[in-house]
Amino acid sequence: MSYLEYQHRSIPTGASKMLYMNWPLVLLLTAIASVGFLMLYSVAGGNLNTWAEPQMKRFALGLFLMFSIALIPIWFLRNIAGVAYAACVLLLLGVEFFGDVRQGAQRWIDLGFMRLQPSELMKITLVMFLAAYYDWLDIKKTSRPFWVLIPLLIIALPVYLTLRQPDLGTALLLVFGGTGVMFIAGVSWWYFGVVIGGAVALVTAVFQSRGTEWQLLKDYQFRRIDTFLDPSTDPLGSGYHITQSKIALGSGGWTGRGFMQGTQSRLNFLPEKHTDFIFTTLAEEFGFVGAFSLLVLYLLVLVFCIISAITNQNRFASILTLGIALTFFLFFAVNMSMVMGLAPVVGVPLPLVSYGGSAMLVLMLAFGLVQSAHIHRPRQSG
Amino acid sequence: MRRSQRDTEESTGITTRRGLVLGALMGSVAVVLGARMRHLQVDQADQFRLLAEENRINVRLIPPARGQIFDRNGFLIAGNEQNYRVIIVRDEVEDTDKVLADLAKLIPLTPEDIAEVKEEMARRSPLLPVTVADRLSWEDISQVAVNAPSLPGITPEFGLSRLYPRREDYAHVLGYVGPVSDFDLSKIENPDPVLQIPRFQIGKSGVENKLEPMLRGKAGNKQIEVNAAGRVMRELGRNESQKGASVQLTIDTTLQNFTQARLGAESASAVIMDVTNGDLLAVGSAPSFDPNKFVRGISVPDYNELLNNKYRPLANKTVQGLYPPGSTYKMVAALAALEDGIITPRETIRCVGHTELPGRRFHCWKRGGHGRMNLKNSIKQSCDVYYYELALKVGIEKMSAMAKRLGFAESHDVPMSAVAAGIAPTKTWKQERHGQDWVIGDSLNAAIGQGFVLASPLQLAVMTARLATGNEVKPRLIKALDGEETPERGGDTLGFDPSNLKQIQEGMFAVTNEQRGTALGSRIADNDYTMAGKTGTSQVRNITADERRRGVTRNEDLPWERRDHALFVGYAPYDNPKYAVSVVVEHGGGGSRAAAPIARDLILAAQFGGVPPLSAYPASQRARIESAFKKMPLWPPGGPPPEEEQA
Repeated sequence: MSYLEYQHRSIPTGASKMLYMNWPLVLLLTAIASVGFLMLYSVAGGNLNTWAEPQMKRFALGLFLMFSIALIPIWFLRNIAGVAYAACVLLLLGVEFFGDVRQGAQRWIDLGFMRLQPSELMKITLVMFLAAYYDWLDIKKTSRPFWVLIPLLIIALPVYLTLRQPDLGTALLLVFGGTGVMFIAGVSWWYFGVVIGGAVALVTAVFQSRGTEWQLLKDYQFRRIDTFLDPSTDPLGSGYHITQSKIALGSGGWTGRGFMQGTQSRLNFLPEKHTDFIFTTLAEEFGFVGAFSLLVLYLLVLVFCIISAITNQNRFASILTLGIALTFFLFFAVNMSMVMGLAPVVGVPLPLVSYGGSAMLVLMLAFGLVQSAHIHRPRQSG
Repeated sequence: MRRSQRDTEESTGITTRRGLVLGALMGSVAVVLGARMRHLQVDQADQFRLLAEENRINVRLIPPARGQIFDRNGFLIAGNEQNYRVIIVRDEVEDTDKVLADLAKLIPLTPEDIAEVKEEMARRSPLLPVTVADRLSWEDISQVAVNAPSLPGITPEFGLSRLYPRREDYAHVLGYVGPVSDFDLSKIENPDPVLQIPRFQIGKSGVENKLEPMLRGKAGNKQIEVNAAGRVMRELGRNESQKGASVQLTIDTTLQNFTQARLGAESASAVIMDVTNGDLLAVGSAPSFDPNKFVRGISVPDYNELLNNKYRPLANKTVQGLYPPGSTYKMVAALAALEDGIITPRETIRCVGHTELPGRRFHCWKRGGHGRMNLKNSIKQSCDVYYYELALKVGIEKMSAMAKRLGFAESHDVPMSAVAAGIAPTKTWKQERHGQDWVIGDSLNAAIGQGFVLASPLQLAVMTARLATGNEVKPRLIKALDGEETPERGGDTLGFDPSNLKQIQEGMFAVTNEQRGTALGSRIADNDYTMAGKTGTSQVRNITADERRRGVTRNEDLPWERRDHALFVGYAPYDNPKYAVSVVVEHGGGGSRAAAPIARDLILAAQFGGVPPLSAYPASQRARIESAFKKMPLWPPGGPPPEEEQA
């Protein structure tokens, strides 16, 4: 039985595709986005127009985008993966040369109705392209050095470009997302073991060298690393945000201080309270119960994605779905770790909750891909 | 491409396995995140809740109102006035230059003011407010308040500031307050937090300084909710500050005003005391200055003028000024000799104009001598030779002991600045101080209040009060503290033989009331108010033999700094002493001419409770006295002084 044969016979067509959508996932995403609306309403001091309303419009646009992409057959998407990747690289090069410099380091391309951050889009197209690459590659060749080197280069190019912006958060997400896809595709454990082991050894060596005569970094470089890793050593500088953030989280207690009652966000002690640090307001106002519930919602999204992926026999579709799930996970895990003082502060938004257009639309686009993979899965016809 | 069935199965197998591994990894990270959440939000919740409260709640001090000071009749002499000022907090300002420049368009601010503010801001913590402008008008402060949103970090404030309604009159007694300085703070072991308020006023001298702890009061506080930028959102609660204790002085404002006016522009001082209870009714030191200038921040030229003025307006001469008491000290020698039984009142000594000691001749002020002198006449005519002879008999130790009984060589317990003790010399004192042996000439000089003897006008008044009553009168300046009367200080008897005391008193009566008395010109005509007293003229230089020969001893011929000090002590009424007075006119010439008339005016004013009637003066002097009184810049009795237009 050929690939094309069963595809055509068993794949839903037209409007009936809607019935085969992963509806629980749609519901979950809407629920998470609603938490975002609520919190944006709260941090704006009970004002809908400031952040909540624009965010709702974007989510509506995002839903439309998701449904549209969901209807596109997955094999078409696979075929354009390379083009999409190339287009994103070009856009990154574009911001390098033509982009507006806004808010310091951030670079955008103004599309008229919204400003596109190509590095956001890159997170998805990279996963897409790598999935397509592994779908194309003979499974037996997956772990051969040459065929491992190629995806590494595919990852390295956009990472280099985003680092130049400089956008450390996105670069890290690209590295972890990309290598994650390689892992999903089945690249041998050995590579990961060696890389992780090597990295650990290097870091250990660098830190062990401190204070000895063969010191590998200059003292001031160490001090920079210190403040990056532990902002509390600089409580009025970079540590200020994280300290205030922890205070907000901690003061929430079990059930929080109540909706719109968080003193930390109300009185502007929280930095970036509507974007990267919105989780702190949620935790402050709804406590452990609220914060943990959001974590559960996120985990449920992952669970549905993983189930969809492992029940899908299309290699591209399942790698793509898992890759997107991983990217989504990286978003919220890095963001939460950051605001809880577990990770250094790198600008990563809380997915679907933080205020911001690019991230929201790109994520919805990504879930459009997941839906497409879900709808167009190979089915044994009866 | 097409994929074989086997490949598809293998692929599905791999992605399923890896997908599950990935899921497990993500799950474990999620567990870590959940655990961290729990740790922060449940285990450490209390601690962080506290930190959040600390973040949000800012405690600000409410400065207490300074205690008011009243005179003995309840007239306000140191109060508080409303003061509008503008403060700036560096932490809240981005562009200090711009904000201050904008502010200068609204309120009067000179470039020097701005430079000063910036300098102070640089010195202080960025969180502490710095006063930009003080004593603004209501219009100016309204301008600032209206424009506050465009002036970040600038806050209009309302506060209290010290006001001395009687201006020059009480400058020396009360002293003045001024903004607390870093130097002030460095002297205090455990500074009251209220002192951290910028430009908080503390007493710098006088009563304000000595009674600072009582006058200051206790700071209150208010808890205010602030945002991260430090802007006040609302007040959560407040503890009111506690007003400083009010203080009532023994000074009589009318009398004080009269005293200052009478002393005028002379470099002089005077003390009027109630001999029955030690109350200081007037403590005058001239020239004076306006203490309000210090509260408002005196300009450098103004301050230098006060500092370099040879009449020393800043000094409180009544307690800080030490002078050789001259002949006013003769009562000490006389009483010492009487009490010791060395002389009797009738015993006479012949004054030939000088006393001869081996190698040195001691002159009487009267070159030809007084002839035969008994005790009373020696006081009346102030014969120096009589006291030289007395000194030879009595010796310095007994004179010194008597001086101490009469209140010399002791810093009296009055809350004024730099209360000097003065000197009643003894042999050991000279040995210790100068490393020299006492010589007999020193005793002779001491007997006429010259040489090493130094006394303040306050001590002279105390001596007079003790001679008038025979009691150990001590000066009292504080009548009541926080409404509670302080004990009177009339004192117990000093145990002098009443007849000896009587001799001294009669001598003093003769000075001002009998022919040949040195202060007969300053007698009081009304018998109900008669004054007894003693003149003093103390040399501030040695008259050289050459000068004596050439006769250049007239004070008027000498530069001011080398003229004699004029002194007078007196009490009245003679029969039933109530008031003692001492007057010292620096370099004023003779005591009878320069000091006694002032003393008479003062003691009459004390007895009449204001400007004395002309009937109290000898008829021949009335016209002159009347015109002098008319020229005196007196304030209406009791009422507030006319408000002076400030330029």
